[in-house]
Amino acid sequence: MRVVVDLTKCEGYAQCAFLAPEAFRMVGDEALMFDPSPPDELREKVLRAAAACPVQALQVDMADLPPQPQAETTAVHGDDRLRHDGRVVIVGASLAGLKAAEQLRAEGFAGSLTMIGDEPEEPYDRPPLSKQVQTGWVHSADTTLPRRREIDAEWKLGVAATGLDLDRNVVTLADGQEVGFDRLLISTGVRARPWPIPEEAALDGVFTIRTRADASGLRERLMNKPSRVLVIGSGFTGSEMASVCVELGIPVTVAEAGPAPLSGALGGVIGRIAGGIMREHGVDLRTNTMVTSLQGEDGRLRRALLSDGTTIDVDVAVVALGGIRNVEWLENSNLAVGVWGVACDAGCRAFDANGLVTDDVFVAGDVARQPQPMFGYQFLAMEHWGNAVSQAEVAAHNMISSESDRWPHLEVSAFWSLQFGNNIKSVGVPTFADQVAITQGSVHTRQFVAAYGYKGRMVGAVSWNQGKWLDFYEDLIEQAAPFPPPYEMTNPPEDRTPVPAEFPERTYPGREATVVVTGHDPSERRATLVRNARRR
Amino acid sequence: MTEPSLYDEILDYANRANPWPLYEKLRSQPVWQEADGTFVVSTYREVLALQHDPRLSSDPSNLLPEFAAMRPPAEAGGGATGFIRTDPPRHDVLRRIAMRQFGPPHRPDYVDSFVPAMQGIVGKLVDKLADKQEADVVDDVAYPLPVAVICRMLGVPPEDEPTFSAWVEPIVNSLGNPTPEQLKERGDAVQAMANYMFELAQRRRAEPGDDMISGYVQDDGPDGRLEGADLFGTLVLLLIAGHETTVNLITNGWLTLQRHPDVLQRLRTEPDFSIRLVEELLRYEPPVHILPFRTATDDIELGGATIRKGHPISVMLASGNHDSTCIPHADRFDPDRRDNVHLSFASGVHYCFGAPLARLEAQLALTELARRLDNPRLLADPPPYRPSPVLRGPVHLPIAYDGVSPA
Ligand SMILES: Cc1cc2nc3c(=O)[nH]c(=O)nc-3n(C[C@H](O)[C@H](O)[C@H](O)COP(=O)(O)OP(=O)(O)OC[C@H]3O[C@@H](n4cnc5c(N)ncnc54)[C@H](O)[C@@H]3O)c2cc1C
Repeated sequence: MRVVVDLTKCEGYAQCAFLAPEAFRMVGDEALMFDPSPPDELREKVLRAAAACPVQALQVDMADLPPQPQAETTAVHGDDRLRHDGRVVIVGASLAGLKAAEQLRAEGFAGSLTMIGDEPEEPYDRPPLSKQVQTGWVHSADTTLPRRREIDAEWKLGVAATGLDLDRNVVTLADGQEVGFDRLLISTGVRARPWPIPEEAALDGVFTIRTRADASGLRERLMNKPSRVLVIGSGFTGSEMASVCVELGIPVTVAEAGPAPLSGALGGVIGRIAGGIMREHGVDLRTNTMVTSLQGEDGRLRRALLSDGTTIDVDVAVVALGGIRNVEWLENSNLAVGVWGVACDAGCRAFDANGLVTDDVFVAGDVARQPQPMFGYQFLAMEHWGNAVSQAEVAAHNMISSESDRWPHLEVSAFWSLQFGNNIKSVGVPTFADQVAITQGSVHTRQFVAAYGYKGRMVGAVSWNQGKWLDFYEDLIEQAAPFPPPYEMTNPPEDRTPVPAEFPERTYPGREATVVVTGHDPSERRATLVRNARRR
Repeated sequence: MTEPSLYDEILDYANRANPWPLYEKLRSQPVWQEADGTFVVSTYREVLALQHDPRLSSDPSNLLPEFAAMRPPAEAGGGATGFIRTDPPRHDVLRRIAMRQFGPPHRPDYVDSFVPAMQGIVGKLVDKLADKQEADVVDDVAYPLPVAVICRMLGVPPEDEPTFSAWVEPIVNSLGNPTPEQLKERGDAVQAMANYMFELAQRRRAEPGDDMISGYVQDDGPDGRLEGADLFGTLVLLLIAGHETTVNLITNGWLTLQRHPDVLQRLRTEPDFSIRLVEELLRYEPPVHILPFRTATDDIELGGATIRKGHPISVMLASGNHDSTCIPHADRFDPDRRDNVHLSFASGVHYCFGAPLARLEAQLALTELARRLDNPRLLADPPPYRPSPVLRGPVHLPIAYDGVSPA
């Protein structure tokens, strides 16, 4: 059977780990790892676990769900024709795409649905690829996402979309097919940013980690006990890989250009705590250090040169330098796309190149870049699992609803990561902050919560093995509560004085001109995106 | 004389059998202050939010001096209370040490490994009903099952179980509005239990087994060991909490099934049905109705009111479960409900330690009763209730039946 746990919701109550210990494991106090395809003999236990989850984060296939309640016969809003026999096309058949499809059907969409994905597989879950898949518990082929309901779609898998024609509302595919739509959802996500020097990136032993194929290739190599692994970049994925190496007993070096691991996402202050943990676990962590070249022999990776002047012998390098948004196929579509993704409004409607909102093209997931009302209306892309799900739901709803019935996507973003036995969870947008303060617990015992503030108001929080408190901080963020929090709380820290959060200076993508504006009268002014405007 | 408040009415034994309409009225104001200074929180969202609020304290020493009289009675001789009346970080440490012998991550399959034993105990209890036509679901099944299970898990020898039950009785009786005699009996029982536990712990230290007590006295985790009052406080807590609530879960469950014959029929025939059924029973007829004795370490703005620092708080779990503004058709008993996010085991760091056990016991007991009792019927509806408004359930649940099928 298939299982997925929404770890954004999970608060670590361990009910699943008690009731089906073969399929669910706690790591440390509150981090959960699970087998996404437990054997059928465990079905009863897994159903027990699913029913018992206090936050209902554990999802199983529809066949194992209670019967669907009779659809409520509420008045249908919006375009009736569209709901009954409209054509919806979803490009990008992964997490966001699948969730959108399920939501469309849940809301009574009865028209045709086409799912287009360039990967040959059905939608699968990526977070396990850098965790339980690498430690060998779970096979990368077994991470297919469960289906929560019948979506009755036509699947076009293994074929990429190559273009979008908004005059005719047609998506073109790599095999020459054209697929017409009334509503389009773009959920093409990101791909791994490769090592920038192609010959070096091509060396045997150099990996990125985004897809199943990446993950199983890397896992195979780790099983052969390499003498040392080099992890390039210590964001969440890089840090998780370092943790896996430690667990497998493989020596590992982490090269990080910034001052501390995770400092891009959580700032230098919290990042140094992560760095301390890494070093305690024997990771050779080099901060403020870049990898300058990867060198091979006979096409195989042998060593790496670092900017600190040292050379290390390595057989495997994991390039964890973030992602590149999959927008090339939209270049001639006249949508507002760029290296920063596809811009859309808070209702997931894509902007065209003029910055005008479209009404039939929607965006969700890692590829979407959306204004965040809670954070000064900044356009942000949130490359998080929970964001892909919640945006997909909002996008799907809005696709088939009338103007007056649209939802804004106002979820407080949330993220989790599991490394070195620690469950790290964040809510809000820490990167927006100027200050950080420990508010509960003890950094020393690795059980604490830190709040992030921007100009005296709460904008984010991160918990370290204290995830059960995060709901509280989420509420504070929604209420624009004061920072630092002025309350007497249980489990006060030794020192709760705010300090500068130490985020790297923000770089704004698209700072260079990418648009040419033409026309004089307001009625004739038009923006056109220009390709390759970013000159080297 | 002033009118009794809604909260007083809820506490009034006369309303024990059907508190639901009172809860509904209570929810018209999510946070309510009683004349005696207590705050009563009754709506789903507020109950949930409060339990994740780091200003909510379970430690009675945070009550203002003027509320000292409302402090809960100490649980064991040395004043130890186990972890339920402590706050983090001490709570987390004590609970983690206790968890080390009970479940994940250190002992992930301990509870699961008891499933066959639990099944055996349930089977035998139902076998015993075969030579009569009437039974009391409380005395004959709902009570003996959890006692037997928790004793086995802790490592209490079976021959001592009856002694145990005798100690538990006065403790149960003192819940609610105890008389001074009841309080004294309770104190004596707790003391006797602590003494017994002390000796048992000595024995297990010398001759350890697989059980939890052996673990507590033998095995040191990163947080160290439970010693002295902490050890006895935890053991007494696990023992009492280990079955007090499960009795109500099974009894309330059976009562609800008898009131919904179609559901009872499904339980006889659908193999996995007990799993979701028990979750809905937990929501619909929860064993614990109120979390009393909470307090606030600072003022808390909640549900349009301000809960004052140091005042007593009663968290109305059962009322939250029936809040139809958050839970669709909350007053409908619907075992097919999806996304059942009830509050019955509380939420946050104090989430019920024994929840997995309670779930399994109720699933196994209710299924076995449903499968084997031939034409069961209630002899009293409503049945007589136990005095406590906090742990609410029938004191007896007399039923009649035509026969008992073989296992
Ligand atoms: C190794 C790893 C670990 C992670 N761990 C965590 C974690 O711990 N916590 C967390 O919150 N998040 C985590 N994430 C992030 C999370 O997985 C993503 O946020 C999520 O997958 C985004 O979903 P999506 O559907 O938007 O995009 P994707 O999952 O990237 O899916 C996009 C799909 O579109 C396809 N596609 C692209 N271009 C085209 C085209 N032109 N035509 C057709 N199809 C196309 C892609 O091949 C892909 O299948 C992790 C991600 C990875 C890779």
